Formats: sequence, structure tokens, C-alpha cells
Amino acid sequence: MKAAVIVFPGSNCDRDLMVALEQSAGVAPTMVWHRETTLPDVDLIAVPGGFSYGDYLRSGAMAARSPIMKAVVENARRGVAVLGVCNGFQILTESGLLPGVLMRNRDLRYVCRDVFLKVEQNDTPFSNKYALGQVVKIPIAHHDGNYFIDSDGHRQLEDEGRIAFRYCDSAGLIDDRSNPNGSLANIAGVLDPSRRILGMMPHPERLSDPNLGGNDGRALFDSILNALS
Amino acid sequence: MKALVHITLKPGVLDPQGKAIANALTNLGFKGVNEVRQGKYIELDLTDSDRASAAANAKDMCERLLANTVIEDYRVEIVDQT
Repeated sequence: MKAAVIVFPGSNCDRDLMVALEQSAGVAPTMVWHRETTLPDVDLIAVPGGFSYGDYLRSGAMAARSPIMKAVVENARRGVAVLGVCNGFQILTESGLLPGVLMRNRDLRYVCRDVFLKVEQNDTPFSNKYALGQVVKIPIAHHDGNYFIDSDGHRQLEDEGRIAFRYCDSAGLIDDRSNPNGSLANIAGVLDPSRRILGMMPHPERLSDPNLGGNDGRALFDSILNALS
Repeated sequence: MKALVHITLKPGVLDPQGKAIANALTNLGFKGVNEVRQGKYIELDLTDSDRASAAANAKDMCERLLANTVIEDYRVEIVDQT
């Protein structure tokens, strides 16, 4: 499996994604700078977390209009899989590849801690190595992770099974107390209609090595390898 | 021409920052603050020489970058440069 990781000024999870992808795929991804206008021939494009362009105007707004994103959108439309993590998720919504928006957290605080997610869909290139309903521990680190979409859009996501992950507690209970940022319906990750584009606020690359305190993120990268190679 | 762009959250979209400001105003002793909605104000200095083209230009900028129309409304005011 060949992958590219997009690097924006202010990205800070690009290397973590690279390590996690290389660990699963055995091949290092190509790092692609935001000023580039073309992408190498790849199976997966990963858009990393961070604070691209200092979060100016809105998180992800500047990055979504950067030169490389035209190529990302073109490749996505041709069926290349795209994974956006944290700021990468914000960039994918700003670029129109995914619906909805990530607003300021409900309690206005930056939240950096491990949370639990329920795997809501496992027939995707990103989650086929998880069991349906599995509860996994993955860290979040964001100020703008409060997912919002209008009620029609929300219904469509539910009806089409495009909510990939929801925030829950350690027992898998999805309620307001297990919602770290105020996201509508505890939504932590969403898919596009083709299911080949995933955006998620939690950072699977940060818990993909037991030495770092957990390994629950690894299956996401193993899923990608399984689906795309 | 100058375009003065006001960007606000759509009605019904939760505005936690506006709520925090409302609480702070109440804590300061201001009475009668029903609600606070926070937004953005952007000034564009444009080379357009007529109002219609400046307005059309600014509207396009709002749609494509300045506002996220999923959650935000925008209002454009055109003023002659002084």
C-alpha cells in the first residue's frame, strides 16, 4: 500500500501518522508539502492533525484552499481513500469532502486526554479490523472538535450508516457525560457516501504502540492495509 | 470601494463563546442581557470602482472562504472609500 501524508505549515502529527502507517504497511509514506500541486500515485492520502496556518479564520479554512488540496480533492473524486485526523478532519469538512463542521468545544476548553470510542461501522477501509460495537481507547487533543451538522444532514448520516465512531464511556455507553466536546449525537468520526473518506477527531496514530500506553489505534492502520493492498 | 463583512452564527447554532460573554456581563452587574451572539467583522479594500461589482466580488469571497455557510450567515455592506 502506497500512502501520502500532506504536510501544512503548523501540522504537528504528520510524523506520528508516518510512523503509524509505516508500522502497519512496512513502507514509509511520501510526505507532500502543501505548496505541491500534484500527488504521487497512492492508495491513501492522510491529512494530519496540528494547527495548519495557525487556525486563522477557522480551523482548517486556509489549508482547505492551499495548492495541494486541489489535487487531494481530485484524487478523492477518483476513489483514492482519504483519512483526515483532527485538524485533518477539519480540513476535509472545510474542503467539502465531508459534511458538517467542527465548532469550538462546548465548554470552550482545549481537551487533551484519552477517550473511549464505539466502533459504529466496520465495513469500511478504515475499521474492518475492529469488531462492530467494539470500545476502543484513543486520545483526543483539540479545541474545535464539536461536530455539528443540520438535522437533515444528521438524518442522512444516520440512515446511510456514515457515523464511523461515537464517543462513549469505558463500558460503551453513549451519553452526554461521555461526550468530551459537545459533538452532535456524540459523533467522533464520519464517512463520505463512498465510505472511502474518513474524518475523525481522535488520534489513532497516538496509541498505535504498546510502549505509548495503548495499541487500540493500530487496527485502524491495519484495516487500511487490509483494504487497500 | 470597501466591503464591510459581518459574519454571524446562524440562528439555532449554539454559540458557547456568546454564552460565556453573556455570563461575564451578568457577573459584572449588567442587567437585562438576554443573549449574546459573537461574530466576525472583516474589512476588504477592493479595487472595484462600482458598488455592484464590489458587492458581487465580496459575496463570492464570503461563499468560498470568509464564511462557512454550514453554520454562518454573512452580510456585506459596500462603502465608498474616504
